[in-house]
Amino acid sequence: MSNPNMLGLIRNEVMKIASKKRLPIVILILVILVSMFTYAQYREIQEKIEKQGTLDWRVELQQEIVDRQNRLASSGIQNDFRQFLEFDLKQKQYYLDNDINPNYPGAPTFIRIFFSQGITLVLPLFIIIIMADIVSGEYNDGTIKTLLSRPVRRWRILMAKWLTVLLYTSMLMAATVIVCYGISGIVLGYDGWTAPILTGFQASATGEFATEYIHTLPMWKYLLMSAGLAWVVTAVVGTISLMISVLVKNTATGIGSMMAVLIAGTLLSSLGSSWTSSKYLVNLNFDLINYLEGQAPPIEGMSLPFSLTVLGVWTAGCLAVAFWNFTQKDMY
Amino acid sequence: MSVKPTVQLENVTKIIGKKTIINNISFDIYPGEVFGFLGPNGAGKTTTIRMLVGLIKPTSGKIHICGFDVRKHFVQAMQRLGSIVENPELYKYLSGRENLQMFARMLPGVDDERIQEVIDLVDLTARIDDHVRTYSLGMRQRLGIAQALLGRPDVLILDEPTNGLDPMGIKDLRLFIRKLVDETGLSVLVSSHILSEIELLADRVAIMSHGKIVKVGSVSDLVGAQSAGVDWRVRDSFRALSILQESPHVQAAELYDDHTIHTLMDESKTSILNEALMKAGIEVWTIERKVQTLEDLFISLTGGDHIV
Ligand SMILES: Nc1ncnc2c1ncn2[C@@H]1O[C@H](COP(=O)(O)OP(=O)(O)OP(=O)(O)O)[C@@H](O)[C@H]1O
Ligand SMILES: [Mg+2]
Repeated sequence: MSNPNMLGLIRNEVMKIASKKRLPIVILILVILVSMFTYAQYREIQEKIEKQGTLDWRVELQQEIVDRQNRLASSGIQNDFRQFLEFDLKQKQYYLDNDINPNYPGAPTFIRIFFSQGITLVLPLFIIIIMADIVSGEYNDGTIKTLLSRPVRRWRILMAKWLTVLLYTSMLMAATVIVCYGISGIVLGYDGWTAPILTGFQASATGEFATEYIHTLPMWKYLLMSAGLAWVVTAVVGTISLMISVLVKNTATGIGSMMAVLIAGTLLSSLGSSWTSSKYLVNLNFDLINYLEGQAPPIEGMSLPFSLTVLGVWTAGCLAVAFWNFTQKDMY
Repeated sequence: MSVKPTVQLENVTKIIGKKTIINNISFDIYPGEVFGFLGPNGAGKTTTIRMLVGLIKPTSGKIHICGFDVRKHFVQAMQRLGSIVENPELYKYLSGRENLQMFARMLPGVDDERIQEVIDLVDLTARIDDHVRTYSLGMRQRLGIAQALLGRPDVLILDEPTNGLDPMGIKDLRLFIRKLVDETGLSVLVSSHILSEIELLADRVAIMSHGKIVKVGSVSDLVGAQSAGVDWRVRDSFRALSILQESPHVQAAELYDDHTIHTLMDESKTSILNEALMKAGIEVWTIERKVQTLEDLFISLTGGDHIV
């Protein structure tokens, strides 16, 4: 075993981040967000009970289907949106026909929705809060000089930092599940881990609805997959922000550019599909859970393997740039 | 010399952009020696030290620490070297002990016992578990030295270590370094822009100016043998200047203000020069011997090159 070993280096990085109290801050933000969402859910449920007198998901789903039908019947809706509605309608009808509640009430469903909504913005944002100054902070404090004149090759130091990014990504996923479960369960109840959920809808931008791959999964399996996909996206964002942290000495500038990447991604994917080659941009491939849910992708031709490949290529590129720059450049 | 040098610089040059910051410098440092690195602001001391500790790459030339090339055998070279570059940069949000523990994990064979040893050595025991953020500059310097000594290095590099220390602190540091060298036989490279500091501390000195090493020698050679600075206050400074400049006893002379001429000259020839001036009918008001400053030494070594 080589001394100093990688584990020791990772421990050093964890020690630095831990003393900056970043993870507790992120968890605090998470608690506040989740509490607010839970309360909003609680109000919604109350309202429905008042209106309908009961809380029957079949009635609710039926109402939503009627709503979609009405909207489709009205003239003047755009083609893109029409396709989306048609697909959504068919999906809902499928749930109804198979007597499966798409929103089985309970904390696990809350977790599912939180991951689905948070994967493109909130979770990446959290990893940026924790990790954005992992290298640039050392430049700013001048500690880079002390760090890099130790008998440890530079690539190993950066490797330790990257592995720490992955470690904190994992902790973030765990924290998200625990906080969501703990808080939302108070209102929604804690069961529903084994509730069936449908996946494998094949959405194509042309609006065809194929049923051959549809199958049910127990909620816990589906959540595991969601968390895994969220982990991938968050790790990719963490890696990009590691690279930016190496290249940009100013932490604020680094955070700003990362935010721009994230927001540009959400904007571009909602703008629509005319610019087809934008599907190769890293930030258009963050919504991986979309594929689990079977929604139409922002651009024709995108699929889970496609997005994973794009993310993989970008990650490899960012790592190459970060490592090359970090090991080669003069440190002043 | 049969003893192998611990630090070897061979024809090291550093060019940043189009500027030659370090121009073909070479020197060796031997075990048990305190080597002073003297030069004004911007001379290139810190740049040289950054190359020694592997932070920047020399454009050309070779650097060896205990026989290991800093670029090719970085790890082996750095295991034998402890350093503070510019300021003791440590993690302010960690305690002193946590800092040392962290750096210990990057060094082979440093255990808790060794950490406590260096803490005692730099006399920080009372405050070691406080955040570094709450340390005074002097305490940070000491923690920096503790960090540098952690791996029992053969070479200790201190860049302007007296920065921000009070006279007591400077004296303590001097005694500390001397004791360390006497006890462990390591080599110390100390940079400074203050001659008197180096004079008391170093065995040998390299004088640096504009990225070049102007001279390397023992302290006594450099300081003792040089001519003194003498200031002449005269009425007609213009004519006096030309007489002084022509004299073989004067190495350098320059007009300081309307009536004052700074010279570097053989002190024992003052009366001869005075006589010459009087013969030329120049009124001499005062003749004053100046304590030799780094600037004087510079002027004498570089022939009128100024400290920028
Ligand atoms: N990154 C850089 N880019 C360009 N020039 C630089 C850079 N770093 C240093 N220099 C220049 O190199 C020269 C030497 O700087 P250096 O810091 O080595 O001086 P020094 O002898 O340590 O001075 P001081 O006593 O002020 O610490 C200066 O002229 C400085 O402007
Ligand atoms: Mg300097």
